[in-house]
Amino acid sequence: MITNPEIQIQTKHLNVSIHNHEVLKDVNIIIPSKKLTAIIGPSGCGKTTLLKSFNRLLEIHENVQIRGEITVDGINILQPKLDVPDIRKKMGLLSQKPYPLPMSIYDNVAYGLRIHNHMSSKKIGELVTHCLKEVGLWNEVQNRLHDPASRLSVGQQQRLCLARAMAVQPEVLLCDEPTSALDPLSAQQIELLLKKLKNDYTVVLVTHTLRQAKRIADYVIFLYFGKIIEQGPADQVFNNPFRPETKAYMKGDIS
Amino acid sequence: MNLRRIEERFFFTCMIVSLLVVLSSLVIIVSLIVFNGASSLSLEMITQTPTGGYFLGGSGGILNAILGSLFLALPATGLAYLIGMCISLFLQSDFSPSWMSNSIRLFLDVLWGIPSIVYGIFCLMIMIALGFSSSLLAGICALTLLEIPIITRYIDESIKTVPIGLKESSYSLGSTKFETSIKVIQRQALPGILAGVLLGLGRGIGDAASILFTAGFSNNIPTSLFDSTAALPTMIYSLYAQPNPVVREKAYAAAFLLLIIVLIISVVSRLLTRRLTKHVLR
Repeated sequence: MITNPEIQIQTKHLNVSIHNHEVLKDVNIIIPSKKLTAIIGPSGCGKTTLLKSFNRLLEIHENVQIRGEITVDGINILQPKLDVPDIRKKMGLLSQKPYPLPMSIYDNVAYGLRIHNHMSSKKIGELVTHCLKEVGLWNEVQNRLHDPASRLSVGQQQRLCLARAMAVQPEVLLCDEPTSALDPLSAQQIELLLKKLKNDYTVVLVTHTLRQAKRIADYVIFLYFGKIIEQGPADQVFNNPFRPETKAYMKGDIS
Repeated sequence: MNLRRIEERFFFTCMIVSLLVVLSSLVIIVSLIVFNGASSLSLEMITQTPTGGYFLGGSGGILNAILGSLFLALPATGLAYLIGMCISLFLQSDFSPSWMSNSIRLFLDVLWGIPSIVYGIFCLMIMIALGFSSSLLAGICALTLLEIPIITRYIDESIKTVPIGLKESSYSLGSTKFETSIKVIQRQALPGILAGVLLGLGRGIGDAASILFTAGFSNNIPTSLFDSTAALPTMIYSLYAQPNPVVREKAYAAAFLLLIIVLIISVVSRLLTRRLTKHVLR
C-alpha cells in the first residue's frame, strides 16, 4: 500500500445513512496533512456527520449505517477488528458547544494523559501547564487549577477543551463550528489559535461562516446536501470556482 | 361574574385545599408521634437491648432494633446501588439497543410495583429451600430486591440527562466506554444518583413487610449474618401489639427514633451532595 505522506485522511465512496435517511452520498475527498481544511456548505447538509465519521464517533448513535472506506495514514479505519479508542486518540475533537468534563480545570487537561500513559504526576503537571500555556489560558487559571471547570466562561471553556485535546498529542484536530457559540473576542482567540496550530497538526474545520474559512483555510471542501460539489486549494475554490453551485454559494445566493 | 374567572378561583382553591391536606397530615403524624413518644424516650431505650420482660413492662431498650435496622438497610442499599449502577449504565444507547433498554425499563417499573410482602415471601421460600432460617442475610436480600427498582430508575433518569456531547468529548480523547461511564457519566449524574440512593435507603429502613419473615426477630444484637434480628418497624409492631399501655407508648418512642434516623440521613446526605457535586456541569 503506497501511502502519500501529504494526505492524512482520504475517503472513498463514503455513504452514511442515519435512520434510513441518506446524509452523505458517495463522498470522495482528501484531507492534506499539516494544513487547515475547511468544510463549508449550508446548514444541515452533512458537514458534522462527515467530520464525526473520521474518528468513528457516529457509531455511538443508533441506526447509523456507514459504507465505503476511510483511510487515515493509509489504514482503513472502518475495518471491523480495529481498536476504536486508539483511532480516536489520534484525533482531537472541538465541538460547537464546549463540554468541559465534570472535574477541575487541571483534571480536565490531565484526563487524557492519565488514561493513556503511566506518567509520574510531575510529568503530568508539566504537560498540563504546557498545554494551558499553548492555548493562552495559563495566566487566567494558574491560581485556580483545582476549581470546577464549569465555572469558566464559555470562551475559556472552549480553550480548555482545546488544551485537553492537545494533551493527548493527536495528529488531527477535528473542529465542528468551534466559534459559533462564542462572543466575537473569544471567537477571534480560537481562530488565531487554530491558525497557529495548523503548522503542527492537521486541522479540519467545519464552518458555515464563509469569512472565517477565507481567513484561515488552506484547502476547502464544499458539501451541498450530502454531495461533494467541489474541493481544492482555498484560493482556487474561493476566487475561481468551477461549479455553478459553488459560485452561487460564494455569492450568497444559496445558504 | 365571568365564567373564566370563576374557573380560575375554583382551581386555585383546589390547589390550596390539596396543599393543606398534605401539610396537615404531616403535621398531625409528627405531632402524634412526638406527643405520645417523647415522654417514654430515654437514654436507656437507645443504649440497651430488651430484657426478657421488656414487652410486659420490664427494663431494657431497643438498641437491638436500632442496630438491626442499620445492619439491614445499609448493606442492602449498597448492594442495590452497585446492581442499579450496572443496569443503568447498560441501559444507555451506546451499550444496548432501544428495544432492549425499553423492555428492561418496563420490567423495572413492574418490579417497583410489587408489594414488599411479596418480596419477603419470595425470599422466605428460597431460604426454606436452601435450609436456612430467618437471618440478617435473608433480610438484606429481601431489602436489596425491594430497593433495586427504585434506585435503578433514579440513576437511569439521571444518566439520561447527561448530554451526549459530554460523552462524545470523552470518547474523542480515546476513552473506552467503561472509563467514560465511571469517570465522566457517574460524576455528572451524581446528584440524581445520590437522590435515588437516599430514597432507596429511606424505603429500606422503614419497610416492615419484607423483613417480617426474612429477618425474624431477636432480643439480641446480631453478631453474624445468620442471626435473626429485630428492626425498628418490626419492633414498633411488637410493642404496639402489647396490652400494657406503658409498653404501647414505647412504640411511639420507637417510631420517633425512626423519624430522627431518617432525618439525620437526609441532612447528612444533603451536605455531602453539595460537596460531591461541585464539579457537575449545570
